[in-house]
Amino acid sequence: MSRTSWMYIAMAAIGLLMVFIAPLLIIQDPFSANSANRLLPPSSSHLLGTDHLGRDLLSRIVYGARYTVVTALMIVVISGLIGMSIGFVSATSGGIIDQVFMRFSEWMSAFPSVILAFLFVGIAGPGLLNILIALSLVFWIPIARLVRNTTVRTMQEPYYESAMISGVPHVKRIQRHLIPAVLPQVTVLLALNIGSAMLHIAGFSFLGIGIQPPLPEWGAMLNESRSYFYAAPWLMIVPGMAIFLVVLFWNLLSEQMRDEFDQKRGSGL
Amino acid sequence: MLRILSWRLFTLVPSIILLSIVVFLALHLIPGDPAVAYLSASQLPITEEAIERVTIELGLDRPVWEQYVSWFSSALTMDFGTSYMTGEPIVEEFLFYFPATVELSVWAFLTVILFVIVLGSASAYFRKTWVDYGSRLFSIVGASLPSFWLGFLLLYVFSMTLGIFPSGNRGTFAHYVLPVLTLAIPYIAIYSRLFRTSLLEVEKLPWMFSARARGLSEKTIWIKFQLRHGVLALLPVLGIVMGYLLAGTFIVENIFSWPGVGRYMMNAIVQRDYPVIQFYILVIACMFLLINLIVDLLQAWLDPRQRHQKDGVKHV
Repeated sequence: MSRTSWMYIAMAAIGLLMVFIAPLLIIQDPFSANSANRLLPPSSSHLLGTDHLGRDLLSRIVYGARYTVVTALMIVVISGLIGMSIGFVSATSGGIIDQVFMRFSEWMSAFPSVILAFLFVGIAGPGLLNILIALSLVFWIPIARLVRNTTVRTMQEPYYESAMISGVPHVKRIQRHLIPAVLPQVTVLLALNIGSAMLHIAGFSFLGIGIQPPLPEWGAMLNESRSYFYAAPWLMIVPGMAIFLVVLFWNLLSEQMRDEFDQKRGSGL
Repeated sequence: MLRILSWRLFTLVPSIILLSIVVFLALHLIPGDPAVAYLSASQLPITEEAIERVTIELGLDRPVWEQYVSWFSSALTMDFGTSYMTGEPIVEEFLFYFPATVELSVWAFLTVILFVIVLGSASAYFRKTWVDYGSRLFSIVGASLPSFWLGFLLLYVFSMTLGIFPSGNRGTFAHYVLPVLTLAIPYIAIYSRLFRTSLLEVEKLPWMFSARARGLSEKTIWIKFQLRHGVLALLPVLGIVMGYLLAGTFIVENIFSWPGVGRYMMNAIVQRDYPVIQFYILVIACMFLLINLIVDLLQAWLDPRQRHQKDGVKHV
């Protein structure tokens, strides 16, 4: 792996650590309202200023990371596991199971995932758990398709067939040929999905059908303070910048991984 | 061509019926009593007695399949019931809000196409120069921007601070600029990159060599071969974009107080207005099926390999 990749991994680790450790270090309570401190601009006592209820913005941002980032990570893990197992089963069993899966996934991908998730949350009601279910339900399909197609293609490769003919056991074939073929591509897609899941969660919360105030979810924070933007622009800039930077990080990571895997296979455009 | 078209239209029918069953069942099997939702949406007091009355009124005491049949038969005459919130026929309400959303998404769609083609071909043509790197930077930044934040930033800069564009409602051309940009930028970011890649892939295909061998000018090759095949590869994606734009105006309409379907639907979802939600899902689904059909036909029209396939051999 290149130095850039290690840098990304280190950044991700530090970031995740921050999400859980920083709230312990921050002295100001992200929930305690104080009307004397309303709409204070960034200063040495409140590094990012305060919101319309006098709550410290920095501690709210740090504390809120767990909602957006951790939920997104959970969605990606859940949908990744479901997608990989279904895609793999569909590819290896073939026949009617494969047919049914292909038709179903084609049908599903004709609809925009945002809308499906949106309607699910709308019908089942707002809340963290429903977002988690809704987004996991739509995110697994492209992963399953990717895994299925890559697996099928690999199983038709001469090296796989010769492994089969020469009697390499099933488990070993999966270990040696299928996983190395599938895993790089899936990892790239998963990293991309983290960013996209974050944008969805924040968007739902912004619209008021996701994580509800007073919880400091970044999208919900933007919605909560939108009438104060002109008087206190930091209320707009800070939460949005937080979402943007973290999503950007995952997108860059995904691109970096794709470049790395491409180099290994010797293509690259 | 006509035969393919009629066959394709015919095969849409079972899909739509199946979908309507799924949607109907989903809405009737979820936890929560529609009668209670009806009462709270129409702001009536929720009492035992009222729930009983509404249950009979809405026919919720009948078996689900009977309810479905009666809903479906009235749907065939374009009667999709009335909204819980307002008591007005849903179709009328929907048609009242729909034009604003269509306008917004069509303008955004045209903007996306224009910028995707310009940016994509510029960065393919000036590959590995600052043009290419600049558009790469734009695309990765644009794809990471939350659209609601982008909307607020645009509002803050161009409407509140500079006062160039108005901040809400429809009307003149200036009203369209910010919402259309908010809607279009993320898609431009994603698909200009895709277009660049597909242009570069065309470069490697055999007919590019033979075109050069035939001594065609670089300009002809660029327009008639490379660009055309790039656009062809972009077509199915553009269909998806149009669907996303039509359906995805929730956030933009919310920010710019645009009187469209997105805001209407947000209300319906918050109020649990089941008939409206049901109708909306069906409309969106039909629109998607139609868009896919149009994309397929366009592809057949632009791609001689598909056009010259004998009718009846392969109905794809």
